[in-house]
Amino acid sequence: MPNRTGRPDDSATSALATDRRSPEHVASAVAWYRQMVIARRFEEETERAFRRGKIGGYLHVYSGQEAVAAGFLAELRETDVFFTAYRDHAHALFRGASPGAVMAELFGKVTGLARGKGGSMHLFDVARGFYGGYGIVGAHVPLAVGAAYALRYRQEDRVCVCFLGDGAMNSGALHEALNMAGLWGKEGLCPLVLVVENNEYAMGTSVARASAVTDLAARFAQYAIPGERIDGMDFFVVRETAARVIAHVRATGRPYAVEALTYRFAGHGAADLFQPYRTREEIEAQRRRDPILLLERRLREAGVLDDAAVARIQEEAEQIVAEAVRFAEESPPPGPEELQAHVYGALPDA
Amino acid sequence: MPELTYRDAIRAALIEAMERDPTVLLLGEDIGLYQGTFRVTADLLARFGPRRVIDTPISEEGFVGAAIGMALLGLRPVVEVMTWNFSLLAFDQIVNNAAKVRYFSGGQVDVPLVIRGPNGAGVQLSAQHSQSVEVFYAHVPGLRVVAPATPADAWGLLRTALRGRDPVIFLENAALYGTKGPVPEGDGALPFGRAEVARPGRDVTIVAYSRMLLVALEAARQLADEGIDAEVINLRSLRPLDGETLVRSVAKTHRAVVVQEQWKPFGAAAEIAATIYEGAFDLLDAPVERVTGADVPMPYARELELLAIPHEADIVAAARRVLYRGGREAS
Repeated sequence: MPNRTGRPDDSATSALATDRRSPEHVASAVAWYRQMVIARRFEEETERAFRRGKIGGYLHVYSGQEAVAAGFLAELRETDVFFTAYRDHAHALFRGASPGAVMAELFGKVTGLARGKGGSMHLFDVARGFYGGYGIVGAHVPLAVGAAYALRYRQEDRVCVCFLGDGAMNSGALHEALNMAGLWGKEGLCPLVLVVENNEYAMGTSVARASAVTDLAARFAQYAIPGERIDGMDFFVVRETAARVIAHVRATGRPYAVEALTYRFAGHGAADLFQPYRTREEIEAQRRRDPILLLERRLREAGVLDDAAVARIQEEAEQIVAEAVRFAEESPPPGPEELQAHVYGALPDA
Repeated sequence: MPELTYRDAIRAALIEAMERDPTVLLLGEDIGLYQGTFRVTADLLARFGPRRVIDTPISEEGFVGAAIGMALLGLRPVVEVMTWNFSLLAFDQIVNNAAKVRYFSGGQVDVPLVIRGPNGAGVQLSAQHSQSVEVFYAHVPGLRVVAPATPADAWGLLRTALRGRDPVIFLENAALYGTKGPVPEGDGALPFGRAEVARPGRDVTIVAYSRMLLVALEAARQLADEGIDAEVINLRSLRPLDGETLVRSVAKTHRAVVVQEQWKPFGAAAEIAATIYEGAFDLLDAPVERVTGADVPMPYARELELLAIPHEADIVAAARRVLYRGGREAS
């Protein structure tokens, strides 16, 4: 099992280097690079659409964090399930939702993933095991713990992944849920992978200003949940960790936590214009860790990506996102009949 | 019909559901080894094992949230809150997740979750353990809120709750657990949103739910002694609220008294009275009277607690007022 130092493990990277030579792995890495490029382009377009007044409410974009969701979702089986918070667009896209349906949800259209009733924060694609984006920080973690219990209760070998932010680490809901996950895990009844996407800021409050203990991975130990810290900007590191951790959780029914160190390039939300909590220099420095550029460089070094391929992928991303916007714009809004629909399920025949 | 206590009616409904449906499981504090604070779950751990009868840590937000997650994945969890007062720790989970996730997912999920436990005052538990929380939940779309008054109600409403697709707030009452009554053999499921005429009458409608039904029935007996024939409505369900039965009754009696244990401002009685006004304004011969608990945190001393809770005499006095028969009691 992985190192307990909380630091990225060199042996993992070297094992990966071997694995990376397999043709399937190379093809898959290129495909995930393409997915990440599409997600980045998608998010740039959502920011533009927000400024154009096409998207209302809040808008939290994922730019900078792509390798985290991509690495974990690359290793999830189709039958596995996952939950996340409100920065959820890329999670839906990576899981296979149509970009048009995601964009339409943000545009508040009936063709959206949640029929235009959830918006940016509440993307759902239950058919693909995506049990939702949630808007109350930390409060989705108990749901994921219960979902994991349900999977093992049914004696299935599916696992549940719960993505959360560094801000959630200080919520009461999380700590109550982790304690139960640790307890249930002792019985092999909690196949849960917790993925802390530490992008360094909870809105504008840095981890150092919010957490008495800033080694977030270490904080899981008090609930008998192993935790490790990895470089969340390196797709290969994330994916290798995900493969190993998911297999472990699937085999044992015990929870496991991964803190992925990443960074959010955009503001917290679309209204976070001036970002007084961080400097331009800091953002520029972090952009040099851009997970997409990093992966691109690796793939070029491996000789599986060249200028022409990169240009082609960017062109495809452009087209896919343009098509998503067109679909969203042309889709109708939910009709008045949608207002009262889906408040309740059918009553049982009593 | 066999006679069961309110407690045993609930317990029997749980057992029946667990035997019939392997997705039903129970969670709560001290429901297993300890047998349940009010012994509703006595012996169930031995009967169904620890995977289906889960003793939780004292983590209301955590275990209610976990139960929501179980429900999303197709299980049918029944959560016991030791008292409804503690549900406030899980208020966010109930209101922001359980009630709304069907809606904000565009109808992609069901939340077949029952949360049950004792609600209300009357056993000298003072301010933090005696609240009536029904309006906190009855205010929220996406929840169903029921408040059984009798063993048959408890059995029938729980059977319906255990077959639904939505979160159900199931409000029991500590003072009722030992009360006995007939429970139908066989199904006996009671539909939500359908009130019962617990006592037919012609002169005044008294509306009540949960333990206040028993108080209202006793008040009706006393009113009968003075020649007033009260009709008593047992609401059973607050959300949905059975406005039809209320209006039908008021159309007959032209007068209404609404009883609730909780604080008066913005309470259930206000909503019930408004429903009567909206549906039967022209049929009323007097303004609707509200009989409620005192607008104070629940005091401990028995004498003060008694002053803070509605009694038969309060209902009798209100019924006289709507009948303009104030003679025997100044009010």
